[in-house]
Amino acid sequence: MGVIGTSPPRSDGLDKLRGTAGYVDDLAGEDTWHGATVRTSVACGTVLAIDAAAARAADPDVVVVTAADLPGPNVLPVIQNDWPVLADGTIEHLNQPVALVAAPTRARARAAADLVSVEVEPSEPVLGLDAAHEVLASCSIDHGDVDVAIADAEHVIEGTFESGLQEHVYIETQGMLARVEGGVLTVVGSLQCPYYLQHALEAVFAPTGFEIRVTQATTGGGFGGKEEFPDQIGAHAALLAWKSGHEVVLLYDRHEDIIGTTKRHPARVTHRTAVSGDGTLIAQDIEVLLDGGAFVTLSPVVLSRAVIHAGGPYRCRNVRIRGRVLKTNTPPNGAFRGFGAPQSQLGAERQMDQIARRLGIDPLTARRINAYRDGDVTPTGQVLDASTSALEVLETTARRADFLTRWKTNESARVDALDDGAPRDGIGIALAWHGSGFTGDGERRLRARAGIEVDDGGRPWVLSASTDFGQGTEVVFQQIVAEALGVFPEDVGIRPPDTHLVPDSGPTVASRTVMIVGSLLHRAAREIRGRVGDGPEPFQERAAAWIAANGPLKAETMHQTPPGATFDESTYRGVAYPAYGWICDVVEVSVDPDTLLVTPRKVTVACDVGRAVNPALCAGQIEGGTLQAVAWAYLEEVKCENGRYLNDRLQTCLIPTTRDAPELDVRLVENPSPAGPLGTKGVGEIPMDAGAPATLAAIENATGIAASSVPATPERLLELMEDAP
Amino acid sequence: MTVAHRPTSLGDAIRLMADPVAVAVAGCTDLLVADLATGRRHAAVVDLSRLPELKGVREDGGVIDLGAGCTFTELRRDPLVRSHLSSLAEAAATIGGWQIQNRATLGGNIVNASPAGDALPVLLALDATLVLGGTQGTREIAYESFHQDYRKTALRQGELLVRIRIPRPSSTTWQAFRKVGTREAQAISKVVVAMSASLADGALRDVRIGAGSLAPTPVRLRAAEGVLTGRVPDAAAADDAASAARAEVRPLDDVRSTARYRRWALGNVVRRFVRGIRA
Amino acid sequence: MSRHALIVDGRRILVERDPMDRLLDVLRDAGAKGVREGCGEGECGSCTVLLDDQPVCACLVPVFQADGASIVTSAGVIDAAGQDALASAMLTEGGVQCGACTPGIAVTAHALLAKDPAPDRDAVRDALAGNLCRCTGYERILRAVLRAATAKEEAS
Repeated sequence: MGVIGTSPPRSDGLDKLRGTAGYVDDLAGEDTWHGATVRTSVACGTVLAIDAAAARAADPDVVVVTAADLPGPNVLPVIQNDWPVLADGTIEHLNQPVALVAAPTRARARAAADLVSVEVEPSEPVLGLDAAHEVLASCSIDHGDVDVAIADAEHVIEGTFESGLQEHVYIETQGMLARVEGGVLTVVGSLQCPYYLQHALEAVFAPTGFEIRVTQATTGGGFGGKEEFPDQIGAHAALLAWKSGHEVVLLYDRHEDIIGTTKRHPARVTHRTAVSGDGTLIAQDIEVLLDGGAFVTLSPVVLSRAVIHAGGPYRCRNVRIRGRVLKTNTPPNGAFRGFGAPQSQLGAERQMDQIARRLGIDPLTARRINAYRDGDVTPTGQVLDASTSALEVLETTARRADFLTRWKTNESARVDALDDGAPRDGIGIALAWHGSGFTGDGERRLRARAGIEVDDGGRPWVLSASTDFGQGTEVVFQQIVAEALGVFPEDVGIRPPDTHLVPDSGPTVASRTVMIVGSLLHRAAREIRGRVGDGPEPFQERAAAWIAANGPLKAETMHQTPPGATFDESTYRGVAYPAYGWICDVVEVSVDPDTLLVTPRKVTVACDVGRAVNPALCAGQIEGGTLQAVAWAYLEEVKCENGRYLNDRLQTCLIPTTRDAPELDVRLVENPSPAGPLGTKGVGEIPMDAGAPATLAAIENATGIAASSVPATPERLLELMEDAP
Repeated sequence: MTVAHRPTSLGDAIRLMADPVAVAVAGCTDLLVADLATGRRHAAVVDLSRLPELKGVREDGGVIDLGAGCTFTELRRDPLVRSHLSSLAEAAATIGGWQIQNRATLGGNIVNASPAGDALPVLLALDATLVLGGTQGTREIAYESFHQDYRKTALRQGELLVRIRIPRPSSTTWQAFRKVGTREAQAISKVVVAMSASLADGALRDVRIGAGSLAPTPVRLRAAEGVLTGRVPDAAAADDAASAARAEVRPLDDVRSTARYRRWALGNVVRRFVRGIRA
Repeated sequence: MSRHALIVDGRRILVERDPMDRLLDVLRDAGAKGVREGCGEGECGSCTVLLDDQPVCACLVPVFQADGASIVTSAGVIDAAGQDALASAMLTEGGVQCGACTPGIAVTAHALLAKDPAPDRDAVRDALAGNLCRCTGYERILRAVLRAATAKEEAS
């Protein structure tokens, strides 16, 4: 049929344009009650008493829920069981939920929440990596003999690279709607992972015996922010629905969303690198520290991805990487596009620039010398397959952007710059890799399932828990199934991600959806087609006839990791990911010498996606992620003071506008992965990996200021410029 | 429950404003943001958007006379503003996005009295006079003495800002505006500066520099003005003015920027202005 | 409470509200779900509507100021069949991802094309600077608006 590699538009586009797509805040009816959250006023301490008498006196209808009302254990299970549903006794971060209120209107719920008083005994919070000491997670990689290599090296170059909190700023804020009806607790919401919430609710409500059902509403962006956090707000909405006996919708406004939800982990990455005179890497000794915030949540797996990617896309025989997540008293930091890899590769790429500068070679050559080739061995001992395209994306991007010539021109222009106030041009390059799917043994343990069922009329339906929160998953699945069945994409239906209707395909995270779940659907569709058999009639007719003769037609497949692709989590040896994507960004900026304001002008990207099922949507993922990465480098910042986020509204928590956005020139490279039937690799996260270091390199090319940390705001650049030794 | 009045004449509006709880509203782009943050409700509001006395831009005996109710979209497009008050037109284009410029008014920017108000340094640099209307009739006050302290103005109880009068700059007057914001659009100022001056026999006269986001109110940079007055606008004068400007302000660290950066950028902007002066 | 008459997408509606209630809430309660709250302070533009032909943020308009006014939301800009140039360009170019900003973008873009039928890229960037999008990097939205302008020009 040839539908893979074409770009049919998304099926929900018109509803989204007109406003009829059905986000959670569109679903509340006149009788739906509203929830509100009472939060702690200190970053650390003890809850002595919660007094809701004033709230109840002022509005007798309101329902107040505290930890004492929980039907079961006060815990949201993620990796460890340390994330409470509601603060109970100990306060671990500012604005931690401590009580919930439901009332017939939003205004009444908020008014009542304001009247709930929480008596606390404050204690001294631990804030920032320097003060932190409690280790929430750790891991390490040892490959070769780093100490000997460094002792013998011609050059040993050290660097420290830091990055701060980043807020997701999905345009739709968090929201959940819940009701209990006939023994079924149903939660509908803005989320990425219906089965995560399903499992959380099963744990929280176990003693009630409720059947649990979770459905995704149309979801307005996620970027990881709606991976684990919905467990909490979903449980809150469910508690209010259960206690009040009403359908309850719990919606965060932007301020509450910023102060109460997860952020990208702040990181400090230190490198000690041995290199030979020509720039060849001899040894990498790397430490990755992440600020986990108050609870473990997903930090161990964020760290794992950060550590595995920390060396960058470079061959090196001796590698030691130590990683730790430290506990601090802020809201837990969590999933955010890239999942630790952007932080660690920021370090790898700025270190590569530093090495090039010290050795007097250009940034392109330094990368060309060291980039992975197929057959190379990664620090976990994985042998890279034939689709290793680090060099191809590097050369493609450098050529398209005329990188080297322009980099050299800017280097000399900087020296001779006139004092005319004219903006200074800069160009920077960065190369990155990103493993697709869960790390290590994750996919084997997950045993993701997906299926196809065909209705009596012969229409095939996708059964998967993978969610579309903007990426275009639905149309990509339609294309994959259409190709396998020999129908048009619009002939394929998508069952909603509803835990009563679809199997657990695993979470919609980790750049795994098209590669892992798409492959499952492809297999299921092939199985269906095999059963129905080929013939001159359209598939629908053949399938309907088959069903009339044989009964229901359905195929479900489960992910199986190929034999030999093992990973040992105790030693960090083995196949870390089934496939790797490769990306190169060239970022062009201009910098105003009077203000050090950075304006990104153009970003040229080449990215190996394995195979682009829908090139327009695929490029759209790369474009959006690229702008997030570039803005993280110079603009986006959440300052934290005494545990309080200072940038707590969109007026101060900035993301780029159209006027800030550079022209984006994305080139898709397709070197199919041998790991799956479709050849696809992940694309969701990789665009987050190279944009930031390339932007810092461009700023350096323009100004001579070598920033090692993000965001490189004008204020930071000024300090670096004036305080340089 | 709020009572909302929509008077159609200034006289009626002033009578309604005699109610001590009445709040005057126009584009509401600051008011509703503040209300969201504070949860505040108002007992009575008086809408100024239908008052003909607050509308329009006209030239009146050597003065450009701007209605307090002019939106920034109107100011951006107005031919008189574009030809005579280029720095105001530039400032208007930097305030919020299109949606905000369609609603926000010059009068609101003044009365809201934010130290970061982008139009305000222009009013200092162009020596604006405000016409205020109250039950006692109208009075005029130099804009420079209007902002008295952080978010505190000379507006008396019940008084309304009606017009903004700016002496029409002469053909030899040079003016400039620069906003150093948090991003390229929809930004709040870290530093915002406006300047006007004229050249006589090669030397600077009538130098006025207004700056925002540096103090509790927008401020005149009098030391820098003093350094420049009578000087030829050469590189040395530019450097001296920059130093003077940096020395005379006491900016703060806040969520948007640092005192150090504000002072440094201010000096550079002033310096660049002076170096750009052409007869 | 006071009574307010609005014309929303050509339909007359009458509401009893506090006059300072946000037009955003009034429109959403009246079923205009394409008016979306993203920030409540005029930063994101998700609630953009036309108020007497001018794009404004509905979160910053008290309902009484819209009394008697004509309001156009995304549902009034994009026809139900998606046949108009803007809708088809947004879909073809991939200017829609999560959709939370999309109705506001559609309204602002519509207003731009009404004012300036042949904008260049900078004019589109300028007009849309009050509409934040977090998914697309803006590239495909800009291309879609330019494509819609060209398509409209060719059709006329």
